[in-house]
Amino acid sequence: MRESINRRKYIVEKEKQNVFKRIMSIRGMGQVVTVTVGLIALCIVFGIMNPTFFSSRNVSNLLRQIAPILLVGIGQSYVLITGNIDLSIGSVLGMSCMISATLMTKGVNPWAAVVITMIVCVLTGVLNGLLVAQCKLPPFIATLGTMTVARGVAQFVNGNYNTDAIGEKAEFFRDVFYYGKTAGIYNTVWIALILFLLFNFLLSRTRTGRHTYAIGSNIDAAKLSGVNVVATTVKVYVVSAFCAGVVGLITCATSGMGTMDAGNMYEMYAVAASVIGGVSTLGGQGILIGTVIGAAIWGVLQNGLQFAGAPVAIRNIVIGIIVVVSVLLDVIIRTGMPRKKKAN
Amino acid sequence: MEEYIVELKDVTKSFPGVLALDKVQFNLKSGEVMALLGENGAGKSTLMKILSGVYTRDEGEVRIFGKSVGDLTPKTAQELGVAIIHQELNMCQHLTVAQNIFLGRELVKGGQVDNRRMNREAKKILDDLNIDLDPDTVVGDLAVSKQQMVEIAKALSTNARILIMDEPTSALTSKEIDDLFVIIRKLRADGKGIVYISHRLEELQYIVDRVTIMRDGKYILTKNFSEMTMEEIISNMVGREIKEKFPRISCEKGKKILEVRNLNAGRMVRDINFELYEGEIVGFAGLMGAGRTETTRAIFGVDPKESGEIILDGKTLKINCPMDAIKAGIVLAPEDRKKDGLCTKLSIRDNIALPNLDILCSKLGVVNRRKEKEMSDKAVHDLMIKLPNDQVNAGSLSGGNQQKVVVGKWLARDSRVVIFDEPTRGIDVAAKVEIYNLMNQLKAQGIGVMFVSSEMPEIMGISDRIIVMCDGKITGELSRQEATQDQILTYATRFESKIG
Repeated sequence: MRESINRRKYIVEKEKQNVFKRIMSIRGMGQVVTVTVGLIALCIVFGIMNPTFFSSRNVSNLLRQIAPILLVGIGQSYVLITGNIDLSIGSVLGMSCMISATLMTKGVNPWAAVVITMIVCVLTGVLNGLLVAQCKLPPFIATLGTMTVARGVAQFVNGNYNTDAIGEKAEFFRDVFYYGKTAGIYNTVWIALILFLLFNFLLSRTRTGRHTYAIGSNIDAAKLSGVNVVATTVKVYVVSAFCAGVVGLITCATSGMGTMDAGNMYEMYAVAASVIGGVSTLGGQGILIGTVIGAAIWGVLQNGLQFAGAPVAIRNIVIGIIVVVSVLLDVIIRTGMPRKKKAN
Repeated sequence: MEEYIVELKDVTKSFPGVLALDKVQFNLKSGEVMALLGENGAGKSTLMKILSGVYTRDEGEVRIFGKSVGDLTPKTAQELGVAIIHQELNMCQHLTVAQNIFLGRELVKGGQVDNRRMNREAKKILDDLNIDLDPDTVVGDLAVSKQQMVEIAKALSTNARILIMDEPTSALTSKEIDDLFVIIRKLRADGKGIVYISHRLEELQYIVDRVTIMRDGKYILTKNFSEMTMEEIISNMVGREIKEKFPRISCEKGKKILEVRNLNAGRMVRDINFELYEGEIVGFAGLMGAGRTETTRAIFGVDPKESGEIILDGKTLKINCPMDAIKAGIVLAPEDRKKDGLCTKLSIRDNIALPNLDILCSKLGVVNRRKEKEMSDKAVHDLMIKLPNDQVNAGSLSGGNQQKVVVGKWLARDSRVVIFDEPTRGIDVAAKVEIYNLMNQLKAQGIGVMFVSSEMPEIMGISDRIIVMCDGKITGELSRQEATQDQILTYATRFESKIG
């Protein structure tokens, strides 16, 4: 009896809310909306400064530029939501790039090379997770260690040299990960989109996703609610390493060779994309759609400033400032009128 | 006419959508202890935050030592002599007592921190209060009660004359409470004005001179404590008569549900043996640190066990982690809800769903959101949790409602044994009664209820059987009929002689 009343109330409520309200009621949407407004403003500014900014060629290039940052951002967001950090992303990326390229130059079938590379990356993620959750090392230290080791592996696999070109046999591999298009959109973008949809679903709709948030919000309470903290932490680091591995393959496909310092600083770019999009470094808060916007802002700034003729140095300065300001803005909005949301 | 050192007139404060204080009156004389009473959310804390400059008021007048003051900041309030002793202690755990007392106002000599002089001055303040403490001890090594005294000493070192104590006894043992009261009486004799906020009404009689009662952000009355009865105080706080402080239902004692045999886990759980039957609430009494919380944690699989058997409905269970216990039907509502009970940054719905995801998920681990919402709605409805909607952060609820969420998440599944560890700590009278009713309801359904509490009246009022622990061991067992406060205390202090 009561069930059915509740049910009816639920349906009525659902009808009453319009689409906008429903979107806004998603937790963590506040900052996403703020930064989306910022993103639109940036696009308008760059569009006025340079009309070719909105040309279809530039837009599709821009999307392809955003994709790798989005992917590492997704991985880092997962880790940040559990209240940890993954410093090894950039090095795992480099390792992935070098291992796959080395294997391909040695004549291994590109797809076998991809599988082997991804296995190594995933194992690195497992190791990170175990060090943090099972051995209870501070995540900063644990992943600092794997970061250094992974970079070492990247240098070691080809005897401390960048590889030669991965060759003709790998043309198809390069098309799939970078140069090719499907339905008029670069494959890189498709890869990012599919992985985003997958990981967004995992995070927002599955048990593992709930556990991820619970650990970041209160690890003790999560444990006492029956959450397997070690397993969840390992999964989260595996997601991060997997994403880094995929970006490593993309990097390899882009340049057609393995470079040892590929992915340098990417772990920090990943943090930037996450926090611009509202993921809290303290854990428990953030949604992946925010990371998408964060990565987009990153890409638009790089692309737009490049168009405007700004040198790399200026780009770095601007992006650094944007990271701090976007988070600062969120803090001001939240502490400035903290009760507003609650009163509803 | 006596001078008031603090006078608040018609103070009003609103937050967007909420009128937190509505023309509240408050005054305080020098040399008195004024109890500020009210349920959670009555506005006591907001009022004190206005007095100490954390919040600014919308309207009304604040007079301190007869002088009207404008907008206060925490700093100006401190300069005027207002100090708060916080419920959650604000101490730097790694610094020494003296360093904490002089934090932010370090004494310097020639550009260098003068540790020797700070230690000397700190010692003097502590001696004045008859607190036996070495100012060179690291604060983190001290018991909570001593840390609190350091906080009081810190307040006095700033020449505070108006002291606000927010729930100062909630984490203290009865012996420590006595010590605190000695200090409070001394402060009163020295002419300080003390505002005393507490939910433990039974302790008021020892120290309080006057009472101010608030309810729903409104001022209700101020009266001399000696002119009021306890019933009067409670009915004014709640706004209605509470018929029974400890509702009790009688049930037929049924078959044995849980048996714990020779349980050992660390120093605080030594050779624990007890049984739990259908239709009874078993109270676990004892002093703080008697090993009751540790026992619940060992049973629930949070902490590792050295030996022992846990037998549920005749079957011996292997419990290595909380999930094992939950699956078997044993659940725990832990002691410290902020630390162990709630994910405060997540929504109420997420919190309720968290331990029940095995029920709410499909085989592939995808959450069924309709079921999730129904479960959350049902828990909110059944427990009468007051909230704007179940998407707000669990941390934004009042203490009583947070506790209901901690309990509510377990009631959504069929359990055999529910363990409550200090379920009523820091929540108001009305919410306490609701929690008691809930335990009674479980008892009537034939679910075993294990109830850990340090509050003597409630453990005697609610339990059907009382097990007393001391120093990690069970030292006594009493039926409801034979339980007296003295008897429980005798068992609770039966320490094993360390000598011989």
